[in-house]
Amino acid sequence: MSAVQSSLLGDARWRWWEMALGAVAIVSLFIPGGHVLLLNEIAILALFAVSLDLILGFAGIVSLGHAAFFGFGAYAAGLFAKHVMPDPLVGLAVATGATAVLGAFCSVLVLRGSDLTRLMVTLGVAAVLYELANKLEFTGGADGLQGIVMGSLLGRFEFDLYGRTAYAYSLVTLIVVMLIARRIVHSPFGYSLKALRDNRLRATSIGLSVNLRLAAVYTLAAAIAGMAGALMAQTSGFASLDGLDFHRSADLMLMVVIGGTGYLYGGIFGAIAFKLLHELLSAWTPQYWLFWLGLFLVVLMLVGRDRLIRPWTWWSRS
Amino acid sequence: MSTVVLETHQLLKRFGGITPTNDVSLKVHKGARHALIGPNGAGKTTLVNLLTGVLEPTSGRISLDGQDITTLAPHQRVRRGIVRTFQINQLFNELTPLQSLALTVSARLGISHQWWKPMGSDARVAGLCEKLLQQFRLDDVMDQKVNVLAYGKRRLLEIATALASEPRVLLLDEPVAGVPEGERQEIFDTINALPADVSILLIEHDMDLVFNFAKTVSVLVNGAVFAEGDVASISSDPRVKSVYLGEGGHG
Repeated sequence: MSAVQSSLLGDARWRWWEMALGAVAIVSLFIPGGHVLLLNEIAILALFAVSLDLILGFAGIVSLGHAAFFGFGAYAAGLFAKHVMPDPLVGLAVATGATAVLGAFCSVLVLRGSDLTRLMVTLGVAAVLYELANKLEFTGGADGLQGIVMGSLLGRFEFDLYGRTAYAYSLVTLIVVMLIARRIVHSPFGYSLKALRDNRLRATSIGLSVNLRLAAVYTLAAAIAGMAGALMAQTSGFASLDGLDFHRSADLMLMVVIGGTGYLYGGIFGAIAFKLLHELLSAWTPQYWLFWLGLFLVVLMLVGRDRLIRPWTWWSRS
Repeated sequence: MSTVVLETHQLLKRFGGITPTNDVSLKVHKGARHALIGPNGAGKTTLVNLLTGVLEPTSGRISLDGQDITTLAPHQRVRRGIVRTFQINQLFNELTPLQSLALTVSARLGISHQWWKPMGSDARVAGLCEKLLQQFRLDDVMDQKVNVLAYGKRRLLEIATALASEPRVLLLDEPVAGVPEGERQEIFDTINALPADVSILLIEHDMDLVFNFAKTVSVLVNGAVFAEGDVASISSDPRVKSVYLGEGGHG
């Protein structure tokens, strides 16, 4: 193989820290203790954050309304379990598919305009869905969709009170999605997303259809966000307006920014960091934890992720 | 008479009260080495934008191989072989030169939509990239991000990217802008080495470069074709001289 080809294919090679992360994930399944509910939430948020990173970090689409897809997926999974059948995997597939359809429809709205236009359009779509879920009868209004009872996973593993099955379910889903997303970002299609993020004019000039590609990745990201929402509804037995709320979209943006965009794992690290910060800070100062989160964000943005772990370089010129 | 590849028919573009392209009927022949010259503000870049589909003409038509392409989207024109370079570099800053070229080659081969196989798993991609990287002396920086490259290297990548699309009609918008004197000829040598059936339309205002390279010259003034002919007749045309000298005298 030539140096050129091995360099091209080298981008898709497994790194040691990716394997370490996978090992940690698998080991975490067997840690005894009462942190399983938190771990489950982290896995779901990580999946949700990875989906935002796909459009933000790779394709450069800014969104402050990604919760629209999360909430939609949660309601879709909840309604499916209540009214059609309680099987979790079928429900997950149906909710993901339904959210993909919604995403494909919404993708038309984010093709045009500037970043600010997109920010406002995504915000608007999420607000519309929020009020629809609030108003409509079958979504349970402000009370949310309660009493979702799930069947057992693969007909063998019951969702128990401790949440161990739930965590395994969410984690395996996250790992499967990561494996797929990893293939995608190293493919020509994946590189073309980065290309059109960097320079749309040039992307067009090498013969790429920018709009088709943006629509495709937006639909994919919506599907993954819907999947995360479905996991949330299935593992908590509850779908509520909270899933569609603005703070979800905003928190998600924070996670992706904290973890770093455009290398696929930022969503995972961001979700872990955000959730742990939340837990630690709110245990210490329940009312004012946002103060410390805000301070952390300011320092992170000004200092930069690389230098944050090397405080002595903060004041040196870069 | 050789065949006409790219042709404009009474092409006109108006922006409010300004008419940067005024009734331009241009024929680019197969294998042409055709230069488009004109003083600053003559409408050269607007014409390129019309040809590539970035702008829509107010009236008039553009045809490629006799087929009307006036309404085709820019990326569709590229797929039909009309490829351009930019006066100001338009590159993928967060990719490496190798990744940029591999993506362009993949697009050319019609495999840029593949989402499951890694880029470069098709051996043709690596082969073509390797050739281009060597030809443009980019092989030593192929794995560095584009935004850290020196200007000269980025300029070479700009042109290499266009050639990676295997153009049938290549539009070069001031290809050596900002390139040191000594390296200009080298870029032109590379361009000259393209297959003889590739048509090249060069937009340039450096007369020496134009007269060395082109066989046919069209002079654009105030959006309209002012004169057209072979190099010898244009370079000795007193009207062309006065347009350039006149502009130069006042500028």
